[in-house]
Amino acid sequence: MLPRSQIVLLISLITAGIISASSSRIDDYILDVILGIGINIILAVSLNLINGFTGQFSLGHAGFMAVGAYAAGTLTTGPGKVWFDASGASPALLFPFVLFAGGLTAAVVGLAVGAPSLRLKGDYLAIVTLGFGEIIKVILQNIEWLGGSRGMVGIPSYTSFFWCFGAAAVTIYAAWALVNSTLGRGFLAVADDEIAAEAMGLNTTRYKIIAFVTGAFFAGIAGGLYAHLKGYISPAGFDFNKSIEIVVMVILGGMGRHVGVVIAVVLLTVLSEKLRDFGDKRMIVYSALLILLMLTRPQGLFTWKPARKAITG
Amino acid sequence: MNSTRAKPCPLLHLDNVTIRFGGLTAVSSVSASLGDNELTGLIGPNGAGKTTVFNMITGVYAPTEGAIHFQNKSVTGLKPFAITERGIARTFQNIRLFSSLSVFDNVRVAFHLHVTQNTAHSLTRGPKFRAEERDITDQTRALLDIFQLTRVQDEPAKSLPYGDQRRLEIVRALATRPKLLLLDEPAAGMNPAEKVELMKLIRFIREKFQLSILLVEHDMKVVMGICERIHVLEYGRKIAEGTPAEIRQHPAVVAAYLGKEITH
Ligand SMILES: Nc1ncnc2c1ncn2[C@@H]1O[C@H](COP(=O)(O)OP(=O)(O)OP(=O)(O)O)[C@@H](O)[C@H]1O
Ligand SMILES: [Mg+2]
Repeated sequence: MLPRSQIVLLISLITAGIISASSSRIDDYILDVILGIGINIILAVSLNLINGFTGQFSLGHAGFMAVGAYAAGTLTTGPGKVWFDASGASPALLFPFVLFAGGLTAAVVGLAVGAPSLRLKGDYLAIVTLGFGEIIKVILQNIEWLGGSRGMVGIPSYTSFFWCFGAAAVTIYAAWALVNSTLGRGFLAVADDEIAAEAMGLNTTRYKIIAFVTGAFFAGIAGGLYAHLKGYISPAGFDFNKSIEIVVMVILGGMGRHVGVVIAVVLLTVLSEKLRDFGDKRMIVYSALLILLMLTRPQGLFTWKPARKAITG
Repeated sequence: MNSTRAKPCPLLHLDNVTIRFGGLTAVSSVSASLGDNELTGLIGPNGAGKTTVFNMITGVYAPTEGAIHFQNKSVTGLKPFAITERGIARTFQNIRLFSSLSVFDNVRVAFHLHVTQNTAHSLTRGPKFRAEERDITDQTRALLDIFQLTRVQDEPAKSLPYGDQRRLEIVRALATRPKLLLLDEPAAGMNPAEKVELMKLIRFIREKFQLSILLVEHDMKVVMGICERIHVLEYGRKIAEGTPAEIRQHPAVVAAYLGKEITH
């Protein structure tokens, strides 16, 4: 007998498959927005693991998304295409492996960025990830075989409803499963009081790194999905604004709440579509919203439980 | 006075431990030994360096000079988590609970030292994982039961009354299954009735969990009432060591506490 959480995951995957089979009947623009929501769910839920549950402050999630997007794009469109074609397997079958490779690359980069900075006490992570987001952009702009600042074009659209929401379901499941375990209680303890956590025998650095690398992994998956949804990626698309957008979703959802964050993603993605007419001023609205929120509801919009109940199994 | 008495096989041994913060020598060349299943007091006026000694034993600070051995192995300079892994747990003078976590999770967190699961097991949630989670849930429940905290187990730790928070901090430390428990002023802020309860509790813990306790406490009634040996610090130096009766009459201790009541 599977645990209930895995049955829920299975049902979600089947549902995503069924909807996916009939997604051709959904209006293209609407489908685009819906898939955008799916990708943002992956981004926000994974960042929530770092910023919400573990209490760290990463400002570079878009950077890991970029790494995943370019790694996946390299395999289907860039130099890796040779290998991709030679395998002879159908692209639809290979796509999950492409996404996984993107996630893995982002996780490795996450380890390289996170390990040194998470060792230090204090808010170094915010500064380091902020810098990382900018550096990754500059690096990508200067790699000619990845398209340089022109970006990568002609990426095949493999991102279906199924892969998008299947990955979102897996992300939510993974975040939930990690948090509701001995490991996850370590995350919460680190977020609450690092000195007490160390005194309880928790290697706080290790817990932070696990949360950070897992978060980076799923951001990489989101990047791969994004690349194969839009068909075009450029370094500028993964800028600081994108990182902030994800941070806002996590804060609005009430840091460390799974459901709240998903609701926040849906609201904000739709809102940001509506705000498209404002163009660049969209970010001003975002910032204003964030300030307003911090002043009025620092615990997040959708926080209703006073304390986490004990969950077993 | 047999202050230089060396025990054959001490649980904890401080060997000429010194720590300096800039120009200030907070603890100066302190030596001490603790045996198994002993109840030892560490007293001294405010600022004498008691908490700093705790911080060195638990790895919060590394001593500038000297060495600390636990179960005959050096723990000098180890990180706090590594020292807890070896069997030393503590409470804090200013309570440091996981204030937003439930009472239950405050204790359950500490059981991580006794599980075999890893990240992959958290994801796959197989039968072994679930059995282990059930197991630590049961053990947490049992521990909360012993200390009469079951009633409030779902409350956030910060909502507990002061005395209960102190008690919860001790329970959480016990969940790491220490061989040595360091208590930093557990009676602070308690009323006389609670202090009597606390004394019973400390004795009970020592018997039930078969561990050594090092107690920092300003309330002499508590220290003299339950400790078998007492070490006295003043200005970072150890000025005396002995039984409660010896300490009460020790001239240096009487001088250090001049004008204060130490004889109860
Ligand atoms: N991190 C630090 N940096 C500088 N000085 C420190 C530090 N920690 C402790 N001290 C100093 O060391 C001395 C001893 O402090 P400690 O807290 O150990 O005293 P204590 O005996 O626990 O006192 P109390 O009974 O008031 O708790 C004090 O003068 C204190 O100011
Ligand atoms: Mg103190």
